[in-house]
Amino acid sequence: MRRADLNLNVLRDKNMSTQPILTVKNLSVVFPDSNGGLHALDDISFEVYPRDFICFLGPSGSGKTTLLRILASLLRPTTGEINFIHNQHPQIGMVFQQSNLMPWRTVMDNIKLPLELENMDESTARIKAQEMIELVGLNGFEDSWPRDLSGGMAQRVAIARALIHDPDLLLLDEPFGSLDAITRERMWTELSRIWQARQKTVIMVTHSINESLFLADRVLVLTQRPGKIKFDLKVDLPRPRNDDIRYTPHFGKLARKLRETIE
Amino acid sequence: MDINPLKVFHPSSAKRNGMWLRVLSLGLGLVCWQITSIFSGVEVFILPPPLKVWSRFLVAAQDGSLFRDIGVTFSEVVLGLIVGVTFATILGYSVAKSRALEQVLSPYLVASQAIPVVAIAPLLVLWFGYGMFSKVLICALIVFFPVLINTIVGIRAVPQAFYDLMKSLRASRKQILMKVEIPAALPIFLGGLRIGATLSVIGAVVGELIGSKYGLGNLINRARVGYDMPMVYVAVFMLIFLALGLYGIVARIEKKLLRWQEDK
Ligand SMILES: Nc1ncnc2c1ncn2[C@@H]1O[C@H](COP(=O)(O)OP(=O)(O)OP(=O)(O)O)[C@@H](O)[C@H]1O
Ligand SMILES: [Mg+2]
Repeated sequence: MRRADLNLNVLRDKNMSTQPILTVKNLSVVFPDSNGGLHALDDISFEVYPRDFICFLGPSGSGKTTLLRILASLLRPTTGEINFIHNQHPQIGMVFQQSNLMPWRTVMDNIKLPLELENMDESTARIKAQEMIELVGLNGFEDSWPRDLSGGMAQRVAIARALIHDPDLLLLDEPFGSLDAITRERMWTELSRIWQARQKTVIMVTHSINESLFLADRVLVLTQRPGKIKFDLKVDLPRPRNDDIRYTPHFGKLARKLRETIE
Repeated sequence: MDINPLKVFHPSSAKRNGMWLRVLSLGLGLVCWQITSIFSGVEVFILPPPLKVWSRFLVAAQDGSLFRDIGVTFSEVVLGLIVGVTFATILGYSVAKSRALEQVLSPYLVASQAIPVVAIAPLLVLWFGYGMFSKVLICALIVFFPVLINTIVGIRAVPQAFYDLMKSLRASRKQILMKVEIPAALPIFLGGLRIGATLSVIGAVVGELIGSKYGLGNLINRARVGYDMPMVYVAVFMLIFLALGLYGIVARIEKKLLRWQEDK
């Protein structure tokens, strides 16, 4: 994808031709428990446009994972609705909070799982998986077992697995939460690069302000339980973004804004 | 084939040394046995020397009767395993997936565990006759419980996260079974199968000792009645080899299927 296109995508006029691919309206979740129910999410509404990169920022227990589970249809909301464009549930690629690799599958076999589920023939699947392995920089580890990978490598395998079947919607649940600061920042750049190359719609969950600003077009801040959207920030930093952007005054200003709303 | 239960990790040269040591130890044991039976004054009738057992084995092997008995016992053991494992796996999976079914069946399951199969074996032989069928049934019953329990535990232990992953990819029930549940439950299941394989040999022999036409248990009875002690020993050794062989096969399967696990 050329750079001019990328900028166009970020700056496009949402009213012109693009419809939201996902509309969430007045979503609430109450988990049943002994004293009247645990209120996890409260009256969440938002819209997602094609190729958006949206970050949900919130403290632990604010219902971030719950929200992603609902979007992936792993959980039903207590009230509210979720509408996908044309009422069709999109293909989903999900990266879980833990890398969630199958220990009995090699890196290669873990990555091509989504293709196997679509009954793609073996040789095509292997070729595609090999492309993904290169994209996430894991050449040479095709036949390694998950137990032999570092945390960062495992997460990259999980990201490759989430992308391989070319999903319409990518759901990322603190994908870098378990990594050290240096690896994590390298992964941001990598994810940013992959996102630009593949032009996906991404909904990501995190509790890192820097992470959300570095990656997202839009940051939605959730409150402590029950999770409620407290603040909606448009991130108008230029793309492609690299490490330096975090030291610009504008980045600092946005970061301060977010920090103030969280506290 | 590695069937040493005390197995620890060895580099390959140490492994080869270990094997020689084992062979040496076995040889020494045989020599001690031979010496004891000659010089200890214990009657040859009670403790025949290994050479005598060996020559008895050769005789029995030549007239073919030994292999008929081995064949019968082997068939009972394997058929019993197949039947027991099949039922245990299907029932175990259903119980693991359905709390309601578990509630309904649990009194029977607990009771079936509490009944020692060996104790009801005479009844089974009485009901189902001296043929192979009653032995297969005993084997199947004895194999059933450990495999059932391990199947339930194995399936229940499948992490929810894998189900989430599969559902987010819109996998079918069958795909979840084939690509998650079976491989995830396999280590625990095979542990149950390994126990079951050895138990099955015990089941067959017990059944044959109680009442049978052929088989190694029957051979022990016949030889005992005929004061043919070396033959009793031959039969016992055949049983040992049978049990070790089955155990070894399961261990092999485990090793092949569970390569992804860490070296134990
Ligand atoms: N299946 C469930 N049953 C009952 N309560 C649940 C369930 N899943 C989540 N919760 C509760 O809902 C709340 C929100 O959980 P959730 O996992 O969505 O938080 P989170 O924002 O992802 O937190 P973290 O940042 O620690 O991952 C928590 O209080 C949690 O205990
Ligand atoms: Mg979470």
